[in-house]
Amino acid sequence: MDASRRLDGNAAAGLLREIFCWEMTSAAVTCGNCGATNAVGALIIYASPMGTVLRCPACEQPLVRVVRTSNDYWLDISGARCIQVTPDTAAT
Amino acid sequence: MSQPMVSRGFRGRQRSVEANLPPGQYLTNDFPVLSAGPTPRTQLAKWDFTIVGTTLVQPKRWTWDEFQALPRVTIQADIHCVTRWSKLGTRWEGVALDTLLARVQHQARFVIAYCDGGYSTNLPLNEVLGGKAWVVDSYEGAPLAPEHGGPARLLVPHRYFWKSTKWVRGLELSVDDRPGFWESLGYHNDGDPWREQRYQGD
Amino acid sequence: MANRLVSPIVWQRATVIETVRETPQARSLMLALPHWQRHRAGQHVEVRLTVEDGYQAQRSYSIASPPEAPYLMLTVERIAEGEVSPYLVDVVQEGDQLEVRGPIGGYFTWQASQSGPLLLVAGGSGIVPLMAMARHHALAGSTTPAHLLYSARQVDNIIYHAELEQLATEDQAFAVFYTLTRGAPPGWAGFQRRIDLDMLEDVGWPPAQHPLIYICGPTPLVEAVATMALHLGHAQGRIKTERFGPTGGS
Repeated sequence: MDASRRLDGNAAAGLLREIFCWEMTSAAVTCGNCGATNAVGALIIYASPMGTVLRCPACEQPLVRVVRTSNDYWLDISGARCIQVTPDTAAT
Repeated sequence: MSQPMVSRGFRGRQRSVEANLPPGQYLTNDFPVLSAGPTPRTQLAKWDFTIVGTTLVQPKRWTWDEFQALPRVTIQADIHCVTRWSKLGTRWEGVALDTLLARVQHQARFVIAYCDGGYSTNLPLNEVLGGKAWVVDSYEGAPLAPEHGGPARLLVPHRYFWKSTKWVRGLELSVDDRPGFWESLGYHNDGDPWREQRYQGD
Repeated sequence: MANRLVSPIVWQRATVIETVRETPQARSLMLALPHWQRHRAGQHVEVRLTVEDGYQAQRSYSIASPPEAPYLMLTVERIAEGEVSPYLVDVVQEGDQLEVRGPIGGYFTWQASQSGPLLLVAGGSGIVPLMAMARHHALAGSTTPAHLLYSARQVDNIIYHAELEQLATEDQAFAVFYTLTRGAPPGWAGFQRRIDLDMLEDVGWPPAQHPLIYICGPTPLVEAVATMALHLGHAQGRIKTERFGPTGGS
């Protein structure tokens, strides 16, 4: 039951592209809890229509939380220590 | 290209809108599983339920067996998920928050329910007292399944269902309100389905 | 203005120019888009469907066509009780329009310029983005050795079977291996079991060659194969996964 709902950070690529001006799944994010660094595309998502929570694959700490309300995006990146974005003109 | 285009022949999931549902809700007969994280699996031997808070004279803790010995009630309720499905006449069994909170002395005005899996939700005390909220461990006559919040979840049927938070492990009684997992991320602080309080500002 | 860059997050009206039945459960849709920027093999698009009453459903689908193709190809497998896939597999006709945005994603992508031998592992419809990579490999004339391991239930469920056979013949650097998990026809020469450590070691490359490994399919298969690859000594950073699963409604 659990396993079939687990997805990669890739699944949030479209949503993140609505907020950021760069393709974000290639960005590297460092977990504020355990210090592991992974590509956003390699984070873990559990599909929920309430919102998108991207978790550290090592310790499951939420790193990025996004909710799209009627008019706004709510973005919480307090679980991430650092996000490194490499602009890639081919993938904008 | 902002105007969506109607897709020829597409009907979508069956959405039955009924008069007795809160605005914007449709009826479902299954029980969708929503969660934004792994399902915690806490062994009953390690499970406990605590009530804590700065104004508490004495914190309270129940083991699973002690919790089972508390006075139990059966609840029949309609539930309304903020993602627009509603389910009517669900049957639960558990312990009223009135029963739990009667066993502590405090001066708090808000409850923050905390859970395995890192979730939390906040409610004013007067919204959970008077037979309006329960900690339930049984659904339709069977032990509550882990994907639906077992061993025990909160049940606050007069609020959107995210406030009936799964895998509940305790209550913090607080003088101040403190938004929970979803309430701090754009969802409405009160979440009354009849007033369609889905998001902040609704 | 014909090739002006349109943001990948802008919804476009794609026209279905051709449909191809791939298996009893899967169909490919060939789409023409008014503005399309060259995608990368492995990227996906989002498809949005709208009912007259305003209800919408949105799903992600991997792109099956290589960057070199003049059209966009999606291959969709019907999910029992699904909301969107039965519509795309059984209802949509040539000439219909779909709202599409993309290309999306940059992590699970492969370009012929990348180094290291390539190991592609597909489970079921997880073949789709890997097919874009295999087609790109052939069309780009890549000499990077590439192996595809494709797990399907039965031989009838193998998507692109004929084309894969053709690619394996024509592309000198590409080989395909199949495994069937629910019975094989008489004379079947491929594997007949779930992917296991022995199979992965047989078909894959030694860790010393630093292969790039792409795994796509249902979540349990992807996680099992990724764990095996780590166990065989492949570096985490060389393993990329794409789990196919429910997207949690619209």
